[in-house]
Amino acid sequence: MSEELLVTARSNALIDPSLHIWTWEVAMYLFMGGLTAGIMVFAALMTVRDKDQVAPFATTRLALLAPIVLSIGMTTLFLDLEHKLFVYRFYTSFQITSPMSWGAWILIVVYPISVLQILSTVRTGYPSFAATIDRLVIGRLITDWCERNRRKIAFSVIPFAVALGIYTGILLSAFGARPFWNSGVLGLLFLVSGLSTAAALVVLIARQKSEKELFTGLDLVLIFAEIALVALSLISLASGSGQHIDALQSVMGGAYTFEFWVLFVGIGLLIPALLEILEMAGISKSLAMLAPVLVLIGGYALRQVVLDAGQESTWTNYATQYNSELLQRLPETD
Amino acid sequence: MTTYAMVIDTRTCIGCGDCVVACKTENKVPDGLNRDWVVEATSGTYPNLKTEFRSERCNHCSNATCVTLCPTGASHHWNDTNIVLVDAEKCTGCKACIAACPYDARLVMHPDGYIDKCTFCHHRVDKGLDPACVSSCPTRCMHFGSLDDPHSKVNHLLKTREHKVLVPETGNDPNVYYLI
Repeated sequence: MSEELLVTARSNALIDPSLHIWTWEVAMYLFMGGLTAGIMVFAALMTVRDKDQVAPFATTRLALLAPIVLSIGMTTLFLDLEHKLFVYRFYTSFQITSPMSWGAWILIVVYPISVLQILSTVRTGYPSFAATIDRLVIGRLITDWCERNRRKIAFSVIPFAVALGIYTGILLSAFGARPFWNSGVLGLLFLVSGLSTAAALVVLIARQKSEKELFTGLDLVLIFAEIALVALSLISLASGSGQHIDALQSVMGGAYTFEFWVLFVGIGLLIPALLEILEMAGISKSLAMLAPVLVLIGGYALRQVVLDAGQESTWTNYATQYNSELLQRLPETD
Repeated sequence: MTTYAMVIDTRTCIGCGDCVVACKTENKVPDGLNRDWVVEATSGTYPNLKTEFRSERCNHCSNATCVTLCPTGASHHWNDTNIVLVDAEKCTGCKACIAACPYDARLVMHPDGYIDKCTFCHHRVDKGLDPACVSSCPTRCMHFGSLDDPHSKVNHLLKTREHKVLVPETGNDPNVYYLI
């Protein structure tokens, strides 16, 4: 037997009995960050590959969603901060060893690049909005410049959007103290998931048949890639040290087994993959709108389950904690 | 870098918790929070049981992951020593340092929103005094000093007594030692 008991109260509400510092606000940010990365990558790729006819929504209108989605994510992230007035401190230094610091600066670069990407197609995608911008001389000049340099902007968007998508995973995997997160595959998994959710969003919103088909096919490839990356993550944990093997238990029979296998793998990956295969084979069209919705749910479930299971994984554990209910067992004395 | 270490004799510690009270009083730690705590570790099978008392706190690691992962530089090593402090003026309350600590000697959250933690009583160390927990220990089982001074009490104890640190395989290079 080996038992480690806290004799004095540590009573930190955020760490006892197990770490739970981050909740839905951070999971939502990680999801929205990945979705933004996917939106920007696909909008850029469609421009680079001259898909204006095949995929008009993704080429000319999709990019506008990037700053909107990212802003929702950054708002929930801000809600999570405990010392909100000091949020500007992210921008008074750059900490090279901290992925969070990298992320803060990546976000600062992504916003203006996203604006340039929007302006490069705004006259085609949103004519009335473009007319408002064109009323200002400076707006007209910048939009002219963006249109002329549309391909160059698209090429330069890709590395920053990919950095945004990967960083949301590296952010967690850099925590050596949390074995469940500590896998090099996590950055890539979050990027691929972000691309997949963005493809699903296009399928959901786009009206043209050719565009829906193109993005359903893309999403299917991404789902298969994601399944492979999930398998690699699990293998990486299973073949790790004792802490990693313990961490893996949380999704292999432990507290997060249902969320991981049913909500994420089942509802978020396998069922939409099956629906998309049926749809592409022309067997079932009636459930066409269900697959992308499930992919979006699965994308959020991935962030939430990884966030939760990771926080509970640890190097040290006090087998028993102070439990006031035990006092009730003492014999009554008058 | 000056390396300060705490050396705690588990053979003379009786788990009274005076170190915890001394810390709360000295540092005016907010209600309901503690910067240090006492662990009673029991191993073996009845009746052959072995108990060890450990007064635990931040390990003031030489390679502190709470410092490397802090996005703003709020979590830092004080005056080129291994003492890890948090600058409340730079802390956004993002909680990355809490997740970054492999010891679950995790930092406590101050009610105002910034991260608060054991400071090795650097304000006392600055004056040549021991941390409050060390000074108040009734069994004199706690010792504090510089590992760079070959004649320090802590160096003498570590040279002459069997000792351990908590989970050295974290790679964080902790500086709270336990004599066993």
